[in-house]
Amino acid sequence: MKYILAVLVENRPGVLTHISGLISRRAFNIESIAAGPTEEVDTTRITIGVEVEDEFELEQVVNQLSKLVNVIKIANITYVDSIQRELALIKVRANKANRSDLVDVVEIFRAKIVDVNRETLVVELSGEESKIDALCEVLTDFGILEIVRTGRIAISRGPVPAKDM
Amino acid sequence: MKMLGAEVVIECLKAEEVDIVFGYPGGAVLTLYDALFKTDFPHILTRHEQGAVHAADGYARATGKTGVCFATSGPGGTNLVTGIATAYMDSIPLVAITGQVGVSLIGKDSFQEADICGITTPITKHNYLVKKIQDLPCVMKEAFYIARTGRPGPVLIDISKDVFNDTLDFVYPETVCLRGYRSLFAGNSNQIDLVIDALEKAEKPVIFVGGGVNISGTSEEMRKVINLTGIPVISSLMGLGCIPSDVPEHLGMVGMHGTYAANMATMDCDLLIGIGVRFDDRVTSLVQNFAPKATIIHFDIDPAEVNKNVRADLKVIGDLRWSLPLLCEKIVEHSITKKQWAKAEWVDLVQEWKREKPLASSLPAGGIRPQTVIEKVSELTQGEAIIVTDVGQHQMWTAQSYSFNTQRSFLTSGGLGTMGYGLPAAIGAQITLPEKDVVLFTGDGSIMMNCQELATLADNGLPVKIIVMNNQVLGMVNQWQRMFYGKRYSHSSTKGCTDFVKLAEAMGVAGLRVTKPEELNSVLEKALKMEGPVLVDVLLPETEDVLPMVAPGGRLDQMVLRGIIG
Ligand SMILES: Cc1ncc(C[n+]2csc(CCOP(=O)(O)OP(=O)(O)O)c2C)c(N)n1
Ligand SMILES: [Mg+2]
Repeated sequence: MKYILAVLVENRPGVLTHISGLISRRAFNIESIAAGPTEEVDTTRITIGVEVEDEFELEQVVNQLSKLVNVIKIANITYVDSIQRELALIKVRANKANRSDLVDVVEIFRAKIVDVNRETLVVELSGEESKIDALCEVLTDFGILEIVRTGRIAISRGPVPAKDM
Repeated sequence: MKMLGAEVVIECLKAEEVDIVFGYPGGAVLTLYDALFKTDFPHILTRHEQGAVHAADGYARATGKTGVCFATSGPGGTNLVTGIATAYMDSIPLVAITGQVGVSLIGKDSFQEADICGITTPITKHNYLVKKIQDLPCVMKEAFYIARTGRPGPVLIDISKDVFNDTLDFVYPETVCLRGYRSLFAGNSNQIDLVIDALEKAEKPVIFVGGGVNISGTSEEMRKVINLTGIPVISSLMGLGCIPSDVPEHLGMVGMHGTYAANMATMDCDLLIGIGVRFDDRVTSLVQNFAPKATIIHFDIDPAEVNKNVRADLKVIGDLRWSLPLLCEKIVEHSITKKQWAKAEWVDLVQEWKREKPLASSLPAGGIRPQTVIEKVSELTQGEAIIVTDVGQHQMWTAQSYSFNTQRSFLTSGGLGTMGYGLPAAIGAQITLPEKDVVLFTGDGSIMMNCQELATLADNGLPVKIIVMNNQVLGMVNQWQRMFYGKRYSHSSTKGCTDFVKLAEAMGVAGLRVTKPEELNSVLEKALKMEGPVLVDVLLPETEDVLPMVAPGGRLDQMVLRGIIG
């Protein structure tokens, strides 16, 4: 089972080391992890995608992470009505002959072309993981040079922020 | 008043009522040691940083206070690692202070630089790297607060050399502000009502006590629960001492080397109440087969312990200093008494198990039985000594055969199983409890792992009594090789030229030796009466098994009760 956790942490030195150290020590199966600043200057929000056997294992992940001194709050937003996004930048081989086909694909996916040169172009897409996976698959035919993805971030719909959940 | 960073550290220690530190100097902590010199702050120089950290641990276990140790950067810090991990596994409050290279040298592979925060992240409750003197008072305050509150544990503070030399107008903060840290004390009392319901329904209950009772110092409340209810008690290695070994309800230690009665009771009970335990695999064996008929209740301060190893049907989260008094109250209120289990003949049954198969030795008459050595010391000290062990067969025999009377009287590395823990831990305990008899049971293997601390012992005139249970083998390894590896004794003999009596004497510790059974009593009596530190080298037969034994992965009721010696 896959779950998404919103983890609010104090923005102090070493906090990411503590989180990653804990994940490796407890052998948790983390699928994605994305961190960034928030509306509060001293708080960092980390979205963690975790794969677990059952709810007991999830309880362990949450309880162990909660014990870290710099972890302020963990909200399980898996079952909360929420918006989930990931950003990907994909560098694809493109020449005169296939460029227009590429542009079609990009349009179908509502992606954006953010860099063009004679040999390649860079496609930007934000969306759910599955959508990015699908685009990558199609682009494989053109020849992908490199992919960079941010990992999933998520926010609930409605007025309640994760810190108050 | 302007103060050097090093002096700030000392002032903070005073504010935290630290009365002694254990440590070892070096380049990055020279200013700190200079401050020790100038302030005449009590400090014990061990002969190895591992000695310092175990000594701080022994000090903490024996008293419940927070132990403190110092080490320099690089190798000083890495030498602390085993001791920090030892304290972490057994939830011991400790503050380790290490020096770090100068701020501008951090990250450059500078001389004696090691990323000790990175290294100790998985084995500390928390750690800090201090690069600015302004942060120092607050970090010190937080470190002590974190180490001793909630579930205690070691905290490491790595302080750059520059910080010790910088100056500051010192004010010690009165409070800490840790947004993400909750040290829970009182929990939800409804959970205790559910425990009472379960007790009312139970016919064959067992109470399983662990290190949490010793750490929280709630042995009195725990005894009260037993007195009121007469429920049979079993203990983990770490729980020994909190209930006197000789109360009739006490069935002894449970698990791999648990007693017959404790293990049988676990398998047959219909209610198992774990109090401050973590259901370690040495206790449970295969978790699927642990207490199969029982409703399991888990009392703990750490929510992450519940359902970690064993699924609990009910939990009581909170400090035992909160939950146990409340439990007593409600037991009285609902008149839960001894009659209940007597009706089900449960109490009689467990007592029968106890009588039927007491702890046995498989040794032929003639040699000195290791268990006899421990029983004799138990008798001579009337169960009132602080007992320290190393790791191996002698540790298990001590757990089984010493008759403990008080909480925090048994200091042993349970979770990590660290050979070399014993001698320095005994030093730490003796320093803080000078009036107490402190007896170390160690092995011929273990004593060599921190034998340099004999010098610390002698030079500080500490009257620790060391009993080397000298079977001339790494006995526990030997036993497994005998049982599971076709008696192929690969590298488990310590037979050689070492003379422990001379080793002791060379460092200023009196040495005695026992070679024949008839000498045992008189030599032990003499040793315990002697003024200063004494090492007694007791020559034991090579082959004796710790029994009973549950083979790894076996069921607790399938114990090997007789040895396969020969
Ligand atoms: C630091 C460390 N290394 C290795 C071990 C594995 N080990 C466990 S018990 C043991 C033998 C201990 O021998 P000794 O101290 O003579 O005790 P005995 O079992 O003979 O009583 C060993 C090697 C350990 N627990 N700790
Ligand atoms: Mg030995």
